[in-house]
Amino acid sequence: MSGGCKDTPVLKERGQREVFCGLTGIIWLHRKMQDAFFLVVGSRTCAHLLQSAAGVMIFAEPRFGTAILEEKDLAGMDDANTELDREVARLLERRPDIRQLFLVGSCPSEVIKLDLARAAQRLSAAHGPAVRVLNYSGSGIETTFTEGEDACLASMVPALQETQAKELLLVGALPDVVEDQALALLAQIGIAPVRCLPAKRAALDAAIGPNTQFALTQPFLGETHAALIRRGAQHISAPFPFGAEGTTLWLKAGAAAFGIGPEKGDQVVAAPRARAEKAIAAAAQTLRGKSIFFMPDSQLEMPLARFLTRECGMRAVEIGTPYLHADLHGPELDLIAAGPTISEGQDVDLQLDRVRAARPDLTVCGLGLANPLEAEGLSTKWAIELVFTPIHFYEQAGDLAALFARPLRRRALLRGQHPNMLEAAE
Amino acid sequence: MKLAVWTYEGPPHVGAMRVVTGMRDLHMVLHAPQGDTYADLLFTMIERRNHRPPVSYTTFQARDLGADTAGMFMQSARDAHARFQPQALLVAASCTAELIQDDPGGLAETMGLPVPVIALELPSYQRKENFGCDEAFLQICRVLARPMARTERVTCNIFGPTALGFRHRDDLAEITGLLSELGIEVNVAAPMGASPADITRLGAAHFNVLLYPETAESAARWCEKELGQPFTKTIPIGVNATRAFIAEVRALSGSTLPVDESRLRQPWWAASVDSTYLTGKRVFLFGDGTHVMAAAKVARDEMGFEVCGMGCYNREQARPLRALARDFGLEALITDDYLEVERAIEEAAPEMILGTQMERHIGKRLGIPCAVISAPVHVQDFPARYSPQMGFEGANVLFDTWVHPLVMGLEEHLLTMFREDFEFHDAAGPSHHGGKAHPLPLDPTAAPAAAAEAGSMPAPAAPPQTAVASLDNIVWLSCAERELKKIPFFVRGKARRNTEKFAVEKGLNEISVDTLYEAKAHYAR
Repeated sequence: MSGGCKDTPVLKERGQREVFCGLTGIIWLHRKMQDAFFLVVGSRTCAHLLQSAAGVMIFAEPRFGTAILEEKDLAGMDDANTELDREVARLLERRPDIRQLFLVGSCPSEVIKLDLARAAQRLSAAHGPAVRVLNYSGSGIETTFTEGEDACLASMVPALQETQAKELLLVGALPDVVEDQALALLAQIGIAPVRCLPAKRAALDAAIGPNTQFALTQPFLGETHAALIRRGAQHISAPFPFGAEGTTLWLKAGAAAFGIGPEKGDQVVAAPRARAEKAIAAAAQTLRGKSIFFMPDSQLEMPLARFLTRECGMRAVEIGTPYLHADLHGPELDLIAAGPTISEGQDVDLQLDRVRAARPDLTVCGLGLANPLEAEGLSTKWAIELVFTPIHFYEQAGDLAALFARPLRRRALLRGQHPNMLEAAE
Repeated sequence: MKLAVWTYEGPPHVGAMRVVTGMRDLHMVLHAPQGDTYADLLFTMIERRNHRPPVSYTTFQARDLGADTAGMFMQSARDAHARFQPQALLVAASCTAELIQDDPGGLAETMGLPVPVIALELPSYQRKENFGCDEAFLQICRVLARPMARTERVTCNIFGPTALGFRHRDDLAEITGLLSELGIEVNVAAPMGASPADITRLGAAHFNVLLYPETAESAARWCEKELGQPFTKTIPIGVNATRAFIAEVRALSGSTLPVDESRLRQPWWAASVDSTYLTGKRVFLFGDGTHVMAAAKVARDEMGFEVCGMGCYNREQARPLRALARDFGLEALITDDYLEVERAIEEAAPEMILGTQMERHIGKRLGIPCAVISAPVHVQDFPARYSPQMGFEGANVLFDTWVHPLVMGLEEHLLTMFREDFEFHDAAGPSHHGGKAHPLPLDPTAAPAAAAEAGSMPAPAAPPQTAVASLDNIVWLSCAERELKKIPFFVRGKARRNTEKFAVEKGLNEISVDTLYEAKAHYAR
């Protein structure tokens, strides 16, 4: 095998980017943090994005909303601040269960330079200590899709209490079932205590300090990574816990950081690892030898390409990512065999030209591109499903492979039926 | 600043996108920050379009703001023209680009592109999606259409259908067919299916048929003034309105050809005895003004329902809707605040809602059946089958769609007769719907399980049933409470409130079984 993709020159493109903005992360963050409310200060477009992006409206009143800027808010900043204070007071009165309020900046609030950091301080003073008010920007001009979660978590770091204890901090919003599995594995290996960022409730927030070791569970947490290092915490660098291999390497790196030898890790992971490999093998029958093209979306592209090429036998044509973070994605690039184009940023029309030229068996892309490509006879996998589905660690590794196998299996089942692929009937 | 949880309308540039995406050989360059491309998925996912909307976005980022965003816009416009070769180019700004004041229209004019450039001013902080549709189509007509000789035979244009419209695809087909029976050829239907070249031919038609005032009234008025084309005012939703529409078209065209009504089943379906149970069903209507006004008349005059509330989210239609509501003895609810609509529905306690996707969620929460009659739409509002709202087939569709959510007539009787059957009970939901009927819990005080409804994602745990506001100092005796539970769930809230109101009026502070039935007799209709 070659030395990986680390030295592959990166194709950097700056053109039209067909991606979500960071506000989208609110859709999963507001369900993860059960006492938090996300108040976007933005436009009707922001509100419309939030209800459209998930393709579903959440049954019940969600813990997010948009304070829609109107003409008069743009005219005078004093008015905008007064209006914001009034809306927040009204909201907190109606939702006394809220303990954390995130003021989320948007493109329009950033462009008019509405100072949400000062607003958060002012509102913290007014509503604290019962309610903690933080702010971050989920604007499209500053964040791409999953970077919204990164910005949110990074905003929480300065507010965490100080501790000298040696603790492991798991960073990244995971589905509850996955988080529980991770905690169980770490406990069996003997790593304790373990805390999570974000915690389910504000009262459960971790404390951090120079003896904190942190492990990222998501590859898009660059700002949070930097904020934690500024607080003196130490990063455990490893591939991300996707697939049997990634999970094993991730756990072993954690064990090593806590002075636990590899034997203990091997012993704990043997059974779940074997289960994961068996489950992956089932889906890999469909995936083996197939080519895959990643459009940039969530920054999950590098670890997933590593998993699909190394454990499922796929061949990557191009791996596009909105940002390539050398520190975080380096261990992944080391493992991906040289060959695919590595691209950062996007010029969507040029990239679609490359997709059409390569005609990959599977294209991972956003919802705006999936049906148009399907109509051209190209199978696609919606990228957004990868952030809405439990895919981390051993027990989900088979499901992760199956997510990619399903469009191919469906194509095979409907052979001869596709209106643009009638030739397949022969 | 106004706090919004869910919105009925998107921003105006999404309205402009609905017009462009509905048309052919037209392209839009939208000055917009990264992230605004989310709007593409409305068309590719909800409407299952097999192509990307013909929109190029500049997708500027923070680092570009200090540099040359105007240059980015011009580059995007040049690239878009070179790649897509449209017959005309629409240029606009989204809400953020409006703030940086690059003036896309002015920039595009200086570029000397070889095709007509249509500049849109979309005030994002004042107006909404429907305005964006109406304004975009108006500007396209203003730039491209000119007076010209009329066709020899009587022809008309059809105005209004756009991409992502509620049943626009099928309404257009139905009305085109109806006009054809009347011997009237459609000169151009727009925006849906029309190219800029087609728009230049608008003036050849003798009159215009306006299907959706929300999306095309300004263009119809402009054509009336500039091209001398009268337009139809009747919206052909329902049997009576369709007949009135035919009369209006006859008056405009002089057509005397007969229209075949043999496919129209709705009147007999409504008159047949099976439909008796629909009599006086209390319905609440909410949606865009046009669909609500049409549906209110159908509900009362063609279905025999009682309209107990109506409203719309688009202020542009507030005046005619208020007037119609007064005719119905009601006060119209004009709001785009979802929570206000929910409160009004809870207050009115209807037996059915005719609304939008938002009201479907309200209905789910309150346990009230709902049929969708208006945008905003979801993927299920784009059925594979032919399913118009307009014309005679539309009337048939309305009957089926509105009756479907209800518990069927004889089933309703059985539920009323044997209210405490542990398997066949009202909380199990109508028998012709999916979802599992859960046996009733043995604890009679436990809240009934809400009927499960298939959704596109697992719904988070349902909130506890909203407690009906009770007046102070009134106590329900346990026997009365048990009796109340025997009343079908869709009228239970109303019965509870009426009984409490009755008790207050009579100065009672305890409610017994007798009070419950006295109140029932008092409010009997």
